Amino acid sequence: MKLWQAIWEAFESLAANKVRSALTILGIVIGVGAVIALISIGRGAESTITGSIEGIGTNLLFVFPGGSEEVRNPKPITLGDAEAIADPFQAPSVVGVAPVLTGSANLVAAGESTNTSLYGVTPDYSTVRNYQLTEGEFIDSSHILGRSSVVVLGPDVAERLFGRREGLVGENVRIEGQPFRVIGILESRGGSAISNEDEVAMIPLTTAQVRLLRRSTSDRVDIIFVQAISPQAVSLATDEITQILRTRHRTEIGADDFSILSQQDFIATASTITNVLTIFLGGIAAISLLVGGIGIMNIMLVSVTERTREIGLRKAVGAKKSDILIQFLAESSVLSLVGGVIGIMLGWGISVLVGQIAAAYDAAINPALSLDTILLATVFSTAVGLFFGIYPANRAASLEPVEALRYE
Amino acid sequence: MNDLVIEAHNLTKVYQMGDVEVHALRGLSVSIQRGEVVAVMGPSGSGKSTLMNIIGCLDRPTSGEYYLDGKRVSELKDDELADIRNHKVGFVFQSFNLLPRQSALANVELPLRYAGLNRKRKERARTALEAVGLSDRLYHRPNELSGGQQQRVAIARALVNDPAIIMADEPTGNLDSSSGEEIMELLLQLNRESKTTLIIVTHDPEIAAFTQRVIQIRDGVVLGNENKAGLEL
Repeated sequence: MKLWQAIWEAFESLAANKVRSALTILGIVIGVGAVIALISIGRGAESTITGSIEGIGTNLLFVFPGGSEEVRNPKPITLGDAEAIADPFQAPSVVGVAPVLTGSANLVAAGESTNTSLYGVTPDYSTVRNYQLTEGEFIDSSHILGRSSVVVLGPDVAERLFGRREGLVGENVRIEGQPFRVIGILESRGGSAISNEDEVAMIPLTTAQVRLLRRSTSDRVDIIFVQAISPQAVSLATDEITQILRTRHRTEIGADDFSILSQQDFIATASTITNVLTIFLGGIAAISLLVGGIGIMNIMLVSVTERTREIGLRKAVGAKKSDILIQFLAESSVLSLVGGVIGIMLGWGISVLVGQIAAAYDAAINPALSLDTILLATVFSTAVGLFFGIYPANRAASLEPVEALRYE
Repeated sequence: MNDLVIEAHNLTKVYQMGDVEVHALRGLSVSIQRGEVVAVMGPSGSGKSTLMNIIGCLDRPTSGEYYLDGKRVSELKDDELADIRNHKVGFVFQSFNLLPRQSALANVELPLRYAGLNRKRKERARTALEAVGLSDRLYHRPNELSGGQQQRVAIARALVNDPAIIMADEPTGNLDSSSGEEIMELLLQLNRESKTTLIIVTHDPEIAAFTQRVIQIRDGVVLGNENKAGLEL
């Protein structure tokens, strides 16, 4: 009851100095608004990035040669390793395996030339990596068996070579001077966190082995993409692959000469980076909230000086120290709380606006305003009001009634 | 009859002003009966204000004993003094000291609010305003009232908590003579009706003439005690 009264009186007394109160509140509005906007934009960026990593393929594992740095002479991973991982008896949690050779190559067609990533892939690659085609077809087993000179182009490569993305099946492309026939065009996936997924050319793995991406041993591959049967099975699949490769490579325990990374690992890394970024931006915004808090302290000190006689009178008629303290703390808290509420709305508005601007520039950031952000901002701004209100309120409360009454 | 509402023995008060010690009170003793009307007079610097601050529990003596309404208050803590002021002392100031943005009713309610009274607060404040003849000005703000009316609101505020003493510090100092006289009549009338002790600080002999006793203060001691009503000290 007493607290409500104090808050009500605080509103009344702040209303008496409307312009001054509004300007003080503005400082908090800007601070809270900036915190809210930057945190929700940061969260939006995080979900965009993790979303694009998920777009690489579902339940994906990456198997690389080479383990920790102490392991000498790691054995390369081979097609034989890939076949062993694909064996449903040895690795029941695995549904798809795609060994890949990677490199880059110069592509020439219709007088245009471009450099791009070149992948030697198997038919499973499109399902494991979740690729769709806008036209034509993907590399199939007959292309593998026949070591065919066929290529599937990413949309950006097609755009640069031919100036268009459709009607290209059957066109000819020279890769490092050798003629290839275009059999399909990939659907655009946009840039991802790792690489531009539209900036690729894919040829049959066997063709790559003998003609374009030759390795020291013929069955060696650069990376194996593995698809687990479900997100829950990812760690199980990791264990199974580890067992298979340890046996095949005859490695000592604790000295694996290969690495297995999951999509979740990438997401976790990316989340860590974006989280740090969000905290960093939020921290900068919090500085403006601090400045707003100092504004409150300033105005409360002015108010205490102006109302010295009033404080003296209140004490003369029986106000205790705590009564005066509560009165002034209520005023500074109301200032910061009102500023906080308006700031939350402002920050929300800004983040929605930024989201729409980003969408207009084709970079989908969906600012995520969550309840915990709102709570954090409210609690933080009230705490700022209380903290910066303590000094002026204490000054008011410790005035001597005799002195205060005599104050002119 | 020995019903003393104020009993002070050997009060001293020393202020430290820079390096100089100022002795505002030098062993002053004074007693006031319940229901008395007393004027305290003295030139500026006589210690008159210091005495009033101590009697009104706004300040503590450096040494000496002071009993207000039978309670020893000379050594109470700040918050305990605030409580005493709230319940036992009503103040009337020269410059009214009303809260400018609050209605007359809210101003009178203020002491009750600090007394922690929630129910009956409005009712008691209204009764007090009626007692000073302002029942038709309950919701007026101070700047909508005349000086005399503002001082009436201040008097209502002083008596709303049923205090043992009312301290009036130059209550007519900011008023013209006719409304000043009205205020004095009102204070005396309240004293007659409710037997509230009335202590008036003034330098105006005409105001002092309204009272039963005049206490003259000079250099921190009581100089003279002019007793017109023939009451024994």
